[in-house]
Amino acid sequence: MKQETTQTWVLSSSPHAHSGDSVQKIMLSVILALVPAMIASVVFFGLNAALLIICCVASCVLAEAVSRRAMRRDPGITDLSAVVTGILLALNLPPGLPCWMAVIGSLFAILVAKQVYGGLGYNMFNPALAGRAMLMLSFPIAMTTWLAPSVGSLCADAVTTATPLGKFKLAGGAPDYSILNLLIGNRPGCIGETSAIALLIGGAFLLWRRCITWHTPVAFVGTVAIFSGLIYKIDPAHNLTPLYHVLSGGLLLGALFMATDMVTTPVTRSGRLVFGIGCGVLTMVFRKWGGMPEGVSFAILIMNGLTPLISKVMRPRPFGRRAGKA
Amino acid sequence: MKTVRAAFKALGGVHPRYQKDATAGLAIETMPVSARLLVSTAQHLGAPSKPLVKKGDIVARGQPVAEAGGFVSSWVHAPTSGTVKTVGPMLTASGKSATVIEIEADGQDRPHDQAPSGLPDWKAASAKQLVELISGAGIIGMGGAGFPTHVKLSPPEGKKIDTLIINGAECEPFLTADHRLMLEQAGKIWTGVAIIRQILGAQHVRVAIEDNKPDAIRAMEKALQDADGDVEVVVLETRYPQGAEKQLIYSATGRVVPSGGLPMDVGALVENVGTAAAIADAVTRGIPLTERVTTVTGPAIKNPKNVLARIGTTFADLAAFCGGFLGEPGKLICGGPMMGVTQGAAAASVGKTTSGLLAIPPGGVISYSSMPCISCGRCVTACPMKLLPCTLSEYLEAENYEEAENLNVMDCIECGCCAYECPAHRPLVQHMRQGKSRVMAIRKQRAAQAEKKQ
Repeated sequence: MKQETTQTWVLSSSPHAHSGDSVQKIMLSVILALVPAMIASVVFFGLNAALLIICCVASCVLAEAVSRRAMRRDPGITDLSAVVTGILLALNLPPGLPCWMAVIGSLFAILVAKQVYGGLGYNMFNPALAGRAMLMLSFPIAMTTWLAPSVGSLCADAVTTATPLGKFKLAGGAPDYSILNLLIGNRPGCIGETSAIALLIGGAFLLWRRCITWHTPVAFVGTVAIFSGLIYKIDPAHNLTPLYHVLSGGLLLGALFMATDMVTTPVTRSGRLVFGIGCGVLTMVFRKWGGMPEGVSFAILIMNGLTPLISKVMRPRPFGRRAGKA
Repeated sequence: MKTVRAAFKALGGVHPRYQKDATAGLAIETMPVSARLLVSTAQHLGAPSKPLVKKGDIVARGQPVAEAGGFVSSWVHAPTSGTVKTVGPMLTASGKSATVIEIEADGQDRPHDQAPSGLPDWKAASAKQLVELISGAGIIGMGGAGFPTHVKLSPPEGKKIDTLIINGAECEPFLTADHRLMLEQAGKIWTGVAIIRQILGAQHVRVAIEDNKPDAIRAMEKALQDADGDVEVVVLETRYPQGAEKQLIYSATGRVVPSGGLPMDVGALVENVGTAAAIADAVTRGIPLTERVTTVTGPAIKNPKNVLARIGTTFADLAAFCGGFLGEPGKLICGGPMMGVTQGAAAASVGKTTSGLLAIPPGGVISYSSMPCISCGRCVTACPMKLLPCTLSEYLEAENYEEAENLNVMDCIECGCCAYECPAHRPLVQHMRQGKSRVMAIRKQRAAQAEKKQ
């Protein structure tokens, strides 16, 4: 009888095939998707924007590397999630913010909002938004001092101004900036939130790369449009049009890039719809009745906190199980 | 007869690279009988068969060498004539040890003289007679699960099966055995289908084929063109796992098999195309199941082929028939890449459920270290059972079996779509498999305790 060979080939449990996608590739896609918004930020706010992006990315990556190393945890920074956090935080900052404040925000985002919870995958709140919220509470003046965009000059215009939503909140009246300016991004605001077109291009790329599903952005933006449409219909004199609401503030940046953060939002599609609707309602409540003109960040953070609850309540019914029957 | 698109959209699933081109165009080749055959007594689901032969016995082709070890079991027949060399435990293709009958072929392939004659006029036969023939021929589900066919064909009193679904989906990448069978033996498959239909008195017949096999769809349409009654070829979207039983029933009929239930609970029965062909042979010609078509393929096989091989042919012989390995394989898989079982060596043999042998070169073997879940939800979208693999995996990692049971881990069909999709490379389906066996053990324990109390 032939002797059985003792040599063995690789033994493993199926499946023996993989889609080929990885966390790193997903993060890389998000970075690529943010490139148009980053370009727009530099076009409208010049070196200020470039400097903020560099400061935030560098300090986020450094904080991640040092903290992972100190805790002797793998992987370090190779998943690129710290780069994404850095870019997103920078894009959510006003152009005139001093760099040292941006660094503090970055450290808070990575160390407190992310690593304290256990790192990527375990954080409860979107780190970039947590960093922004911390800066809002610590440096309220700097965080709400807006510079007018100035295309073609090296730095942002030194003239302080108000964002479209801010001005309307304080003074009311007809909005200063045309829809066209809101589309291309020629208006005051956080450096990465102003150009609707750049954000939509990035969002489309993420959809195509399957990094996001349509559910959250559509639910979020749709809810804001419907909500603002209703109050505009009731009282057009004291409310902005739905289109203006959708294109101003941080709505598109939030809906496409922050409310779609995988870690801090529900895993099911129905859960994502609920999440998006919740974000939309809260955003409009904050915009209409809140103390500040904009509320996208806090709306998303609150919904981040509700995500475990949404996931628990909105569990899909397995195939073969009927409602009401075990 | 008519051809329709599946009216019900498949749930979840993935689109792996199908890689069927290497063998889809190759006609089935009959492999000469090997000198040494290893016939397992555990090729089917259920109790192992009991050997009827001992060392030194002379056997003829088709002679029973092991009898059914219970109702849910199956007969096993000698794949060729020769001498029984050993009867004893050996590692089989499933990765588990079982009693294996080793036969040294005498090269004459002499048929068994007491073989039952077939029933060419089976239309006049009773259902009982036909089921007995099928049972005696050792026929089991050849699609993969290996459930004894006679059990499926004997539904308990009160369960009426009105729809027969013939599974020609072949959704596993690389495999083309069923595809070729449909092209080359559509008539035989149809005879088998007609026999099953008669046994069950099933009015409706659905032959389900994925739309990546248009030639097989045409071949089956041709074979079915004169069929009476409600017979349809259902064209499925190409998507893994379309061929999974519950998913197939849903795609073909819209019926949902209840959790923990059987297809017969919704009046359906699924048989693989290979099983139907085997039934035709057994009933019309009295030939027991001793050979099957299997796809030998993969980048590490020199000449990929669709092979008609005797049951018991070792993987080494099978590979040699296809020109051997190109260098040392890195991984040898019995079955397809999504659900196949890796082989440490080419020592095990072809069983009744062996749909393919896949050899991957060392460079094609991928290994990962897994990362924490990033809640991307892709496993949830891919799960054809609509479970939450990511959440389940975390509970199972924490050994929280109670919560895993609440989250319906037992409904998992182990198709592997979740692990295929996971960008964090988490061993999701592996966690589920482990979890299922643990929950099963806990349930048993619970039942034992409850019994003690009474």
